Amino acid sequence: MAYPVEFKYTKEHEWIKAEGPKATIGITHYAQESLGDIVFVDLPKPGTELTGGKSFGSVESVKAVSDLYAPASGTVTEVNGELATAPEKINQDAHDCWMIKISLANPGELNALLTAQEYEQFIAEEGGR
Amino acid sequence: MSAVEVSPRIRKTPLHAAHLQLGAKMVDFNGWEMPVEYSGIIAEHLAVRTQVGVFDVSHMGDIRLWGPEALRAVQRITMNDAATLKMGQAQYSAMLYPQGTFVDDVIVHRLGEQDYLLVINAGTREKDFNWVHDNTAEFDCQIENLSDNFTQIAIQGPNSRVLVEKLTTSDLSSLKYYWCRKILFCGLDDILLARTGYSGEDGFEIYVPSDPETSARVWGEVLEAGKEFGALACGLGARNTLRLEAKLPLYGHEISDTINVWEAGLDRFCKLEKPEFIGKEALLAARSTGLRRTLVGAEMIERGIARDGYKVLDPHAQEIGYVTSGSYAPFLKKNIALAYVPLEFSPVGSDLRIEVRGLGIKARTVPTPFYRRPKLALSGNR
Repeated sequence: MAYPVEFKYTKEHEWIKAEGPKATIGITHYAQESLGDIVFVDLPKPGTELTGGKSFGSVESVKAVSDLYAPASGTVTEVNGELATAPEKINQDAHDCWMIKISLANPGELNALLTAQEYEQFIAEEGGR
Repeated sequence: MSAVEVSPRIRKTPLHAAHLQLGAKMVDFNGWEMPVEYSGIIAEHLAVRTQVGVFDVSHMGDIRLWGPEALRAVQRITMNDAATLKMGQAQYSAMLYPQGTFVDDVIVHRLGEQDYLLVINAGTREKDFNWVHDNTAEFDCQIENLSDNFTQIAIQGPNSRVLVEKLTTSDLSSLKYYWCRKILFCGLDDILLARTGYSGEDGFEIYVPSDPETSARVWGEVLEAGKEFGALACGLGARNTLRLEAKLPLYGHEISDTINVWEAGLDRFCKLEKPEFIGKEALLAARSTGLRRTLVGAEMIERGIARDGYKVLDPHAQEIGYVTSGSYAPFLKKNIALAYVPLEFSPVGSDLRIEVRGLGIKARTVPTPFYRRPKLALSGNR
């Protein structure tokens, strides 16, 4: 699976794609594969303030619950409503299936995140443990 | 005979390599590295409900008791009435501590005139064997731990019978639910086949010699024979969601050494008319004191999934119990849970809250089992 180079990644397996002061957030292919069939996504409402590194919601598969961590601080502007009824879309294409859009508080925060290459190396090590 | 020591190492079934070859995701289950899923829990669950699924359940343990007083020994250590078993018949039962709580639940098979096979849980293998050993010493019978002798394969679902019949000459229409017999299977003579399972569907469990070569050959032949019937290899993930929909108890969850038979609602498998068995006195006493809590089925009304161990609250946010098993139910497409609650919350339709990540999510009690398999129009082989 190719990890898009225009995304940045967290060690908790979220991706973030920034376009100026706006950013889109989802979870990675590796995350959806580890979780298995996703059946529930709990996301914040528009207007919610997120703090980088803190939990902003959860994603649940049949067998597991996993926290979602904000890759960066900001305010939620949009939520992918489709996931309330069709959370399996994340399994089908995790990198195309966004969860929330935010306006970034400080776009510079993204510099601390992993590049695609670094993330691929990270999951290779994690998977091999 | 000496008691078996508990071993901390990770154990693998003889089919371990076959699972890796199929691309299974493996997990540690009670010290066993087992497949949790192959193609996905939902697909596997639905295959069992609508077609057929094939499970490696070799981690289950097997204890054989035989000899002149084997029946007396089985009667002493289990709560159901094994005296009613005809040859080739099986029954769901449990071994109890003197206080009426669970050592384990078991399926007792009567293999011969004086010959019984107890199939027990993986996580309790050594504890169970020691328990049987220590509590049957006074009887004239042999006990033998056969846990490592069998590769146990469960074939579950409405197409399970046609699948098994492809691999044997035995006519299975005469093998009723909870009966067993020795058959010729995949060219192997004298193979124990039981019409039992843990899925809420019709199904079979087959006990194959545990040498890796034979085990892998039979596993492969079963999956191959099942292709035309929609068979999928199924992991422990689907095994858990299937048994939850059917409200079949899991040791350490619905039953344990701190939960008694009445609380677990397993009354119909407990025969107090038997003269004597371990746990009987305490259960009689508990019956006269009355129940403090009981196992109920609940369905989430608001968005949220109950998970094992989550707190159950009343509508005023007071903690009243806990979830023993909770999941998304793939066939019912609902979020369901089993939970221990005080008796006053047991009537169907009772309002509950389940604490999900700090929030009290609305739920209500519903009839159980959540899922019951449809009866055949001609129910001759049930």
